[in-house]
Amino acid sequence: MLDKRLWTETRKHRLLMALTIGLAFLGGVFTVAQAYWMSQVISDVFLQQATLAAVQRPMALLLGVMVLRAVALFGTELSANYLAIVIKSNLRQRLLAHILALGPGYTQSESSGELSNTLMEGVEHLEKYFSEYLPQIFISALIPLTILFSVFSLDLLSGLVLLFTAPLIPYFMVLIGRATEALTQRQWTSLSRLSAHFLDVVQGLVTLKALGRSKQQATTVRIISDQYAQATLGVLRVAFLSALVLELLATISTAIIAVQVGLRLLYGGLDFAPALFLLILAPEFYQPLRNLGARFHAGAEGVAAANRIFEVFETPLPEKSLIAPKGTLSDFASIQFKHVSLSYQERSQLALSDISFEINKGQKVALVGASGAGKSSIANLLMRFVDPQEGQIVVDGSDLQKIDRAIWRNQIAWVPQFPHLFFDSLAANIAFGHPDATQEQIEAAARDAELDDFIQSLPDGYATQVGERGLRLSGGQSQRVALARAFLRNPNFLILDEPTAHLDPQTETQLQKAIRRLMKERTTLIIVHRLDTVVDADQILVFSDGRIVQGGTHTELLEQEGIYRQLQQSFVGSP
Amino acid sequence: MKILQRLSALVFPFYRGMLLSIVIGAATIGSSVALMATSAYLISRAALQPSIAEIQTTIVAVRLFGITRGVFRYLERYVSHNVTFQILTHLRVWFYEVLEPVTPAAIQDRHSGDLLSRSTNDVDTLREFYLRVLAPPLVAAVIIIGVTFFMGTFDSSLAFTLAFFLLLVGVGIPVSTRWLAKAPQQSLIDLRSHIQTSIVDTVQGLADLSAYSQEDRYLNAVSDLNHNFRNAQKRVAVINALQAGLSNLSMYVAIWAVLLIGIMLVNAGSIDGVFLATLVLASLASFEAVLPLGQLSHPIDQSQAAGERLFEIADTPPAVVDQPVAAKINSSIENILFNNLSFRYSNHEPEVLRDISFELSRGQSLAVVGPSGAGKSTLINLLLRFWEVPEDSILLDGQDIRTFPQEEIRSLFSVVSQYSHLFNATIRDNLLVAQPSATVEDLIQATRLAEIDGFIQSLPQGNDTWIGEQGHLLSGGERQRLAIARALLLDRPYLLLDEPTANLDALTEQAILKTIHNNLGHKTILMITHRIVGLDNFDHIIVMDKGQIKQQGKHEELIGDDGLYRRMWSIQDK
Repeated sequence: MLDKRLWTETRKHRLLMALTIGLAFLGGVFTVAQAYWMSQVISDVFLQQATLAAVQRPMALLLGVMVLRAVALFGTELSANYLAIVIKSNLRQRLLAHILALGPGYTQSESSGELSNTLMEGVEHLEKYFSEYLPQIFISALIPLTILFSVFSLDLLSGLVLLFTAPLIPYFMVLIGRATEALTQRQWTSLSRLSAHFLDVVQGLVTLKALGRSKQQATTVRIISDQYAQATLGVLRVAFLSALVLELLATISTAIIAVQVGLRLLYGGLDFAPALFLLILAPEFYQPLRNLGARFHAGAEGVAAANRIFEVFETPLPEKSLIAPKGTLSDFASIQFKHVSLSYQERSQLALSDISFEINKGQKVALVGASGAGKSSIANLLMRFVDPQEGQIVVDGSDLQKIDRAIWRNQIAWVPQFPHLFFDSLAANIAFGHPDATQEQIEAAARDAELDDFIQSLPDGYATQVGERGLRLSGGQSQRVALARAFLRNPNFLILDEPTAHLDPQTETQLQKAIRRLMKERTTLIIVHRLDTVVDADQILVFSDGRIVQGGTHTELLEQEGIYRQLQQSFVGSP
Repeated sequence: MKILQRLSALVFPFYRGMLLSIVIGAATIGSSVALMATSAYLISRAALQPSIAEIQTTIVAVRLFGITRGVFRYLERYVSHNVTFQILTHLRVWFYEVLEPVTPAAIQDRHSGDLLSRSTNDVDTLREFYLRVLAPPLVAAVIIIGVTFFMGTFDSSLAFTLAFFLLLVGVGIPVSTRWLAKAPQQSLIDLRSHIQTSIVDTVQGLADLSAYSQEDRYLNAVSDLNHNFRNAQKRVAVINALQAGLSNLSMYVAIWAVLLIGIMLVNAGSIDGVFLATLVLASLASFEAVLPLGQLSHPIDQSQAAGERLFEIADTPPAVVDQPVAAKINSSIENILFNNLSFRYSNHEPEVLRDISFELSRGQSLAVVGPSGAGKSTLINLLLRFWEVPEDSILLDGQDIRTFPQEEIRSLFSVVSQYSHLFNATIRDNLLVAQPSATVEDLIQATRLAEIDGFIQSLPQGNDTWIGEQGHLLSGGERQRLAIARALLLDRPYLLLDEPTANLDALTEQAILKTIHNNLGHKTILMITHRIVGLDNFDHIIVMDKGQIKQQGKHEELIGDDGLYRRMWSIQDK
C-alpha cells in the first residue's frame, strides 16, 4: 500500500525522509549493541563471577548505547512528524489554490461543506500515513534486517528460525486482513448506520413528543442497539482471530528460540552469552513487524483520504483567458448570446440549450421561469463562473472568453440570492471589492442600501464582526450588505440573481426601494421569481427546461398564450 | 476531573465485564513478562548444564506462555468489545432519556441541528471511554503491583527501583508532558478553528470572492494561517517526540539500574546469579503495560469534552415539570381558553406574547395569521406544554393547563408542523410511529384522508417504500401529506397545524389546504400561517403582530378593514 501519489509528495522533502530512515536504522544498530553488552555483562557476572568493578566498562558502554537509542527514537519521531506536518501544510495550500482556480462553477456543483472538510480534516487524515505508516515500512525492513544480520553472524540455526518466521507475520497479516476486511467493513457500515439511526430518532424527538410517542422510543433505541451489538460481536469473533494469530506467531517464535538455544546450551553446543543475546533480540526482531500490522489501518485511512484530495487535483482547470486586446475595458455597448449551450459536468442534461439574446447598454432584462429552468446559469455564464460548451457570448464584437476575467468582472456588480458574509467587520464586508475605500464611501454605500441606521444601532457600529463566528445577520440584512457592496462598486452592469427570493413579503417590499435605486440608469440583468418586479423591464425572457420559450415586454407577453400568462394567473389568482 | 468521575459513574453498572477484561488484559501482558522471565531462567539454568529432567518444567512453562499471550489477547479484545457495546447502548438510552424531557426548550436557542449531531457523535466517542481511558491505567496498575511483588521476592531495592521507573513512565512523564503541551495544544486548537473559518469563508464565499476579484487576498490569508498552524504543530510534535524519547530512556535506565543492583546483589551473594537474566528481561517486558499510557492524553481530552457537552444538556432543568398531584384529564375537553397570556422565553428576552386572549371551542376552525416573528408558533409550543406558561393563562374547560400531566395534554392534539420530522425508514414505519398498534385499515383510512393513498399505491413497493433521510425521496407536498396522515392516525379531538404549507409552492399549498378543508372540516382546527391563502373557510381568524392580537374576525370582514390583514394580503398577491 505504498501510494504512488503520496510517495511523490515526499520527494520534495528528501532530507527529512532520509533523516527518518537513517535514524531508524541507527536505532536498529543500537538495539543490537544494547543486547550485546547486556548479554556480556550478565554472562560475566553469572558465569565468571565478575565483580561490578570488572564489568564497569561494558556497563558504561551499555548506558551510553541506551541513551543513544533513546535519542535516535526521539529523532525518528520528530523527523517523521515534521515530514507529515510540512507535507500536509503544503498539500492544503496547493489544494485550496487549485479549488480557487477551478472557480465558483466548480464549488457550486460540489458540496462546499464537503470541500472545506477535505481541505481541513481530509488533509489532516494524511498525518498518520506520513508520520507512522510510511516510516514504519522502512523500519520494519531495516531493523529486522540489522538484527538478522547480527544473529546470522553468531548462530546460523537461530538466524534461520527468525528468517523463516519473519515473513509469516506480514504474510498472515495480509491473508487474514483480506479475509476479515469485508467483515470489518460490514461492521463499520452497520456502526455508522446505527449512529445515523440514533441521530434520526434524536432529531425527530420534538415530533415524537408532539405525537405523544417519545417515552416509548427509548425502548426502540435499546432494542436496535442491542441487536446491532449481537450481530457485530459475531463478526468481531472472527475478525479478532487476526490478532490471535499474529500474537501467537511472535510469542511462539520467541519461545521456540528460547527452548532451542536452551537445549543446545544444555549439551554445550552454544555459549551462554550469545544465547542470551539471541533471546533479548528475538522480541525486538518481531516488534517492528507487529507495529506495521497495527499501523496498516492508518495507511489505509491515509490512502482513502488521499483519493478524495487527488480527485479534486485531477479536475482539470478551465482554460486561462487571453488578455483582452485593449488591456482594459471601461464600458461596453452590448452583450450577445449566440446559440449558447451549457452543461455541468456531472449532469448529462443540458442546463441551457441554444440560447440567443442580446442586452444593450441601459436596458433592463428580466429572466423568469420555474426554478431549475436555467436562469441562474445565464448569470453564471455572464460572471464567467462557467464557460459555455457551445456557442459564444460576444461583448462589443469580441468573445467574452478572450477577455480577462478580473477585468470583465470589474465592470459588474453581482447580487446573488445568498450573499456570503465573511468573518470580518461590517465595514470590510461592504468594502469587500475595494479595500482602499474610505469610511465616507462605505457609509454612503450603506445609506444607499438602507443599512446605515441598523449599523449605527450596533454597539460596535461598522467594526462589528459578522459571519461564521461573528454576529449573524438576518436574510434581509445580509442582502443589504450585498447591495451596499454593489453601490460601492458603482458598476456599469448589474446582475441580480433572485435577490429577494427567500425573504418574507414584508422584508422583500422594504428591500425593493434600495434595489430600484441601484438599478437606476444601469444596464441590468435581473432574475426574479415574482412578476410584479418585472413589469417595467425592457425585455422579459421566459425560461423553461433550459430554453427561452417566450420573450418580449410585459404587455406583449400577457397577450400571448403561454407560460408567462399562467405564471401571472397563479399569482393573481390565489385568494 | 469531575467530568471523568461522572463518566466513570455512568459506565459503572458494567463493572463485572470491565473487571473481567482488565484481568484478562493483565494476563496478556503478564504472559509476555512470564515468557521472558522463564526463557531467561531456562537458558541460565541450561548454561549450568544440569540433566534435562531438571529443566523440563521450565521448558513446558516457556511453551505455555508462548501460547497464552495470543489466547488472552483474543479473549481480552472480545470481552472488552462486548462491554463497549453494552456501554454504547446504555449511553444512547441514557442520552435519549435526558434529552426527552428538555426537548425542545433546552435545544431551541442553540443551533439545534448542530447540537444534536454533535451530541450523537459525543455518545459515539464516549463508547470508547472505558476501552481507551479507564482500562489501560487499570491494567497497568495490576502489572505494576504484580512485578513489584515478583521483584520483592528477590530484594526490596529491586522492587522499589522498578516500581519507581514504571510509575515514572506510566504517570510522571505523561502528566508532565500533558502539562507542558497544554499551551501549545490550546494554540493549536485555536489556530485550527481560525483556519477552518477562513477555509469555509473562502470556499463558501468563492462566488463572492471571484465577483470582486479577491481570490488572492484570501488565498494569502489562508497561507499565513496555514504557516502558523504548521509551526504550532511542530511545537506539539517536539513535545510528543520528547515524551517518546524520555519514556524509552527511562525504560532503558530502569533496566540498567536493575542490572546494576542485580550485579551488586549477586556479588554480595544475596541472590543466585542464575536469576540475573530473569530479573532484567522480566523488567524489560513489564514496560509494555506503561508505555501506552503516554497516549492517554488525547482520549482523556476527547472524553472530557464530549462528557462536558452531554452533561450540560443532562443538567438542564426541564422547562415544564408536572405538578406532584396532577389532575386527570377529560378527553372530551370542550373548550380551550387563552386568558391574558403573556410570555417570554427567558428573563433576558423580550416578551413574545402580550395579553393574548381568545377561545377555541370544539368543532371550530381557527386560524392565527401574522408576519414571521409575531409569536404565532409560540402559541402551539405553549399548548403542547413545551414551555411553562404563567398561572391561569391557558384554561382547559376552565381549569389551568398546568394542573394536568403534560403527556395527557398532548394526547388531545394531532400536530402537523412545517418541521414535522420524517424518519429515514419506510412509509409504513413513519406512520406507525404515531400509533404502533394501527391496523391496515387504519393506515388506509388515514392516508385516504390526507389524499396520499393514491400516490402510495402508485409506488412499486407501496407502504414499504423507503423515504430517505428527512423523507428527501418524497416531494415537499408528499412529505407534508404523509405528516398529515400520521397525525390523523391518532384520532384526537384537536388538530394543530403549524405552517403546514410553508416552503411549498403555491399550487401544492392550495391543494393541501383544500384537502384539509374538505376532509378534516369536522375536526377542531387551530392553524398557524403567515400566508393568507384558503382562509375564507375558517370560522374565525386572529391576526397577530409583534406578540399582540391586532385584528380578528372572518376573512371577508378582515379584507374589508384597512389593517394588517389587508396589507399582508395585498403585498402577497400584488
